[in-house]
Amino acid sequence: MGHRLPGNLNTNRRLSQWLAIHPEGRVTITSGKVELGQGILTTLSQIAAEELEVDLARIEARPASTPESPDEGVTSGSLSTQDSGGALRHACAAARAIFLGVVAQRVGVPIEAIRIEDGIFHGPAGPIGSYWALADQALLDCEAPEEARPRAPGERRIAGRSIPRIDLPDKVFGAARYVHDLRLPGMLHARVVRPPARRARLLALREGPLPGEAQVVRDGDFLAVLAATEWEAEAAAARLAARASWDATDTLPEQALLPDWLREAAGRGERSGIASRADPAPPVAQTLRRSFHRPYLAHASIAPSCAVARWEGETVEVFTHSQGPYNLRADLAKTLRCDPERITVRHREGAGCYGHNGADDVALDAVLAARAVPGRPVRLLWSRAEELGWSPFSPAMLVDVEADLDAEGSLIGWRSHIISNGHSSRPGRDPEPTLLSASMLAAPFPVKPSINPAMVAGGGAPRNAVPLYRIPAMSVETTRLLEMPIRTSALRGLGATINVWSIESVMDEAAALAGVDPLDYRLRHLDDPRAIAVLRRVADLAGWAGRSRREGSGMGIGFARYKNTGAWAAVIAEVEALDRVFCRRLWIAGDVGEAVNPDGVLNQYEGGAIHGASVALLEEVRFDRRSVTSDHWENYPILRFSEVPKVELALIDRPEAPFLGAGEASMAPTIAAIAGGITEALGIRPRQLPFTPDNLARA
Amino acid sequence: MHAFTLNGAAVALDLPEDATLLHALRGPAGLSGPRFGCGNEQCGACMVLVDGEPRTACTLSLAAVTGKAVVTVEGLGTPEAPHPLQSAFLAEQAGQCGYCLSGILVSAAALLAHNPQPEEAAIRIALEPHLCRCGSHNRILRAVARAARGDDSRAAREMA
Repeated sequence: MGHRLPGNLNTNRRLSQWLAIHPEGRVTITSGKVELGQGILTTLSQIAAEELEVDLARIEARPASTPESPDEGVTSGSLSTQDSGGALRHACAAARAIFLGVVAQRVGVPIEAIRIEDGIFHGPAGPIGSYWALADQALLDCEAPEEARPRAPGERRIAGRSIPRIDLPDKVFGAARYVHDLRLPGMLHARVVRPPARRARLLALREGPLPGEAQVVRDGDFLAVLAATEWEAEAAAARLAARASWDATDTLPEQALLPDWLREAAGRGERSGIASRADPAPPVAQTLRRSFHRPYLAHASIAPSCAVARWEGETVEVFTHSQGPYNLRADLAKTLRCDPERITVRHREGAGCYGHNGADDVALDAVLAARAVPGRPVRLLWSRAEELGWSPFSPAMLVDVEADLDAEGSLIGWRSHIISNGHSSRPGRDPEPTLLSASMLAAPFPVKPSINPAMVAGGGAPRNAVPLYRIPAMSVETTRLLEMPIRTSALRGLGATINVWSIESVMDEAAALAGVDPLDYRLRHLDDPRAIAVLRRVADLAGWAGRSRREGSGMGIGFARYKNTGAWAAVIAEVEALDRVFCRRLWIAGDVGEAVNPDGVLNQYEGGAIHGASVALLEEVRFDRRSVTSDHWENYPILRFSEVPKVELALIDRPEAPFLGAGEASMAPTIAAIAGGITEALGIRPRQLPFTPDNLARA
Repeated sequence: MHAFTLNGAAVALDLPEDATLLHALRGPAGLSGPRFGCGNEQCGACMVLVDGEPRTACTLSLAAVTGKAVVTVEGLGTPEAPHPLQSAFLAEQAGQCGYCLSGILVSAAALLAHNPQPEEAAIRIALEPHLCRCGSHNRILRAVARAARGDDSRAAREMA
């Protein structure tokens, strides 16, 4: 590999992998990142239109698919604008220069004398050509040059504007946009019959007729039905479930003793250091020792996962809402023990995705079911109970903190230990597949304990565990559990959702001990001007300084820079304590550097904050010794319209600064701010998520 | 055979008792607007209007709508002739993944039909059966209020 190129252009270096120019006046762009409901296709289209100097309407963003799309790994980590947007900006600027060069040479006009207007090239005497007249893919069939000159911030006309989402009209008119809506000729419908307990073995299946002459597919403990219609498939699955007998045993820990189990399992876990420093500091006057706990969390997407698969001979085509088409392809190939080239994975949108949910798992289920009917497309839809009960979960966690204060009350020492299962079992990264049903086959694959992404990639359990505050002495450690009774993986923010809260809670407590306002105390410990800017901005927005106290109400503040390398977010929450705690208002200040679509950034910040409020107040995966029991909305409640807080946002736009992802920045600071508001309202410091009356009573 | 009107057109469908209205709408009726979310009346993704009232299609039998008028999000408006709510949702960019929007639009349409100028509290109550996981709630509340104010139809008239 030669010179370093921006974003994922570095690993997918040919321009033709990213864009194509068509004679009829269209440009197609192909990113390896996928639309998850976050609006990435709109953002990427804006970047391409800007650099090519064509109208946005000419850009068509194609869904990612193997093998044509660039391999951009997984759409995760709030990295799509950087990784894919950065690549497309460079690629499109390079493409513009190539076309300009060809036109200049043909017409004999210097490049500097040519301007582009919606794809038409104008020389001093008028139009001299266009992308469309020159459309020649051979021009782009080359490696991206090291140098490209993206348009300067002051020249931008499309990037930086709140362009309406290109996907939203379909969604408002009920169009067939989701993978769930695919209707292929001859398509059959499939449903899975899940075991009644984790790791249960299928002992016997009584014979008998099934509705609609449904066909049974069995491979070891994987059991599915195929039928011509959805209702027949559902009725057949229910009938078959009643005919199956399973060998089930207790494999899950006692939920009521979850913190104890985490601590005990940590004794058998893998402990590692994350950060360590010991700069000179004044003597310690006081040490705070605090522990924080959060339960397993579910993705709780509004649609159950779905996929469509079709076998033709030795090849299979899969339509999926996976975050990583190539990674999914790799794990499907490992499961099927075949060459990945025999598998084509095509992305289609699903409902909102907030991390590694059931999308990849259901794709394998569809492939397994479809194998029984070569040539026929098979649509496999999970039930709500599967979605909430069998998707990967964000792991339960325990954080121990010791914070040293000097005589003035300033923070001078920080020691923390984060105990958790790993936060990633994403496909594509282990020699063996991590897909759910791979462990249920007659020739099963092992379920390995999840891993944590490296700290350079933001870490998993210890994400945001290193305080951004100025603290002279620091030691942050984590223990990854090596047993995994409940399958865990990445969910929005990963470990940040507890780590930011634990840091901010200790900051609040230390501020109170020092007799200093929590905002001022934070500012006193910060050097980063952009951190200071978002905190000041949110304080102005919320009227923090002049706020009045009301009985039973309180305000709290939370801050983080996502992964300590990404976007900044400061949040103030106003809570009201009645029979339980409600979050009434949120004020949020954010900084993502250049905002390609400011309204899209605000939408992500607000959505992340409401997600955070829901996690803070309501969410907890429930289980007995055998299975997850919170498998419908009544026992996995999420925030509803009646209790969603009002939100005010301010974005500090920095068009000159590199762009940073917006999707995960606000969630963890929101949880921290709500906790702080509870302290002001009730005089107690929450120690356990969610902040329900029961958990608060233990604080 | 169950005969009813669907988005203004007469239809007659014959499905076994296992099948729900949602199955019929997404199956033989060929619609995609009504979405499957839970199958248990708990999320509102499948909401349709039956004689003007919001009902969850995921548990409704075909027999229950025989002779009645069923309206889905497709029946509210089209890109060429949008319902004021659909225009308002686009104007407010009220959505992220959008999976919940079909049902929410239907419930909001029923609300505005009964109460053309709802207070925010009334909008929240009308949308309470609906789950949105992306956190687009405030935009959705603003969009419904906007449609009630008639901003977009007024703008459209002024442009015409």
